[in-house]
Amino acid sequence: MADINISERQAGDVTILDLDGKVTIGEGSVLLRGTIRRVLGEGKTKLLLNLAKVGYIDSSGIGELVSSYTAVSKEGGTLKLLNLTEKLQDLLAITKLLTVFDVFENEGEALSSFN
Amino acid sequence: MSESRKLNLPSRIESVAEAAAGAEEFGRSIGLADDAMYAIDLAVRESVANAVKHGNKFDETKKVEVTFTDTGNGIEITVRDFGTGFSVEEIPDPTQRENLLKTNGRGILFMRSFMDEVDWEQPDGGGLIVKMSKKR
Repeated sequence: MADINISERQAGDVTILDLDGKVTIGEGSVLLRGTIRRVLGEGKTKLLLNLAKVGYIDSSGIGELVSSYTAVSKEGGTLKLLNLTEKLQDLLAITKLLTVFDVFENEGEALSSFN
Repeated sequence: MSESRKLNLPSRIESVAEAAAGAEEFGRSIGLADDAMYAIDLAVRESVANAVKHGNKFDETKKVEVTFTDTGNGIEITVRDFGTGFSVEEIPDPTQRENLLKTNGRGILFMRSFMDEVDWEQPDGGGLIVKMSKKR
């Protein structure tokens, strides 16, 4: 069984990816990378990652978030983060990546920010 | 006498989870609290991943040796690879503006942030040893 499941839903022109599980070295990071590349290939460039159910992330997973952000930006799109767990918030603070990502605690506000 | 446990792991990604499981089992057996367990789990995963990737460079003929020792007031962990070694000072600071969008280089930062002490040694037999400790 995979360490993570990623499900996709659409809210207007924003694609929301709900992550559930661990984003760690190996399978978790690879699945996230593949999903981001796939939705970009479908022309979806407004992406919101819902991380409420990401119980664990390591430096490889953080690197994959950065890689995703860069990949989306290169396509002229925007990637934002929703519902960080306390642990993930800590890791993004330590790495100073809170200065890079737009982070939201409310889905409605996150969706409005894309317009 | 302090209790300890040693793991000899092959140089593949699956060893990261195996080492973390070993840390979990050992840490629980000596009664570490959840906060310490989270720190240890993260540090073990990062250090073993570095040993597999950057130390042994996925060469499965080279092992990663992991030890857990109950020091009485906490836990000491060593992770040894058998690669060519490196100088920690040469790793770019991932929090510098020019490095923020790099996809790697944050593992050592996490180890230093979550453990009480982290040191590196280059043993005579080659490779690199990471020695980390966490108080109860």
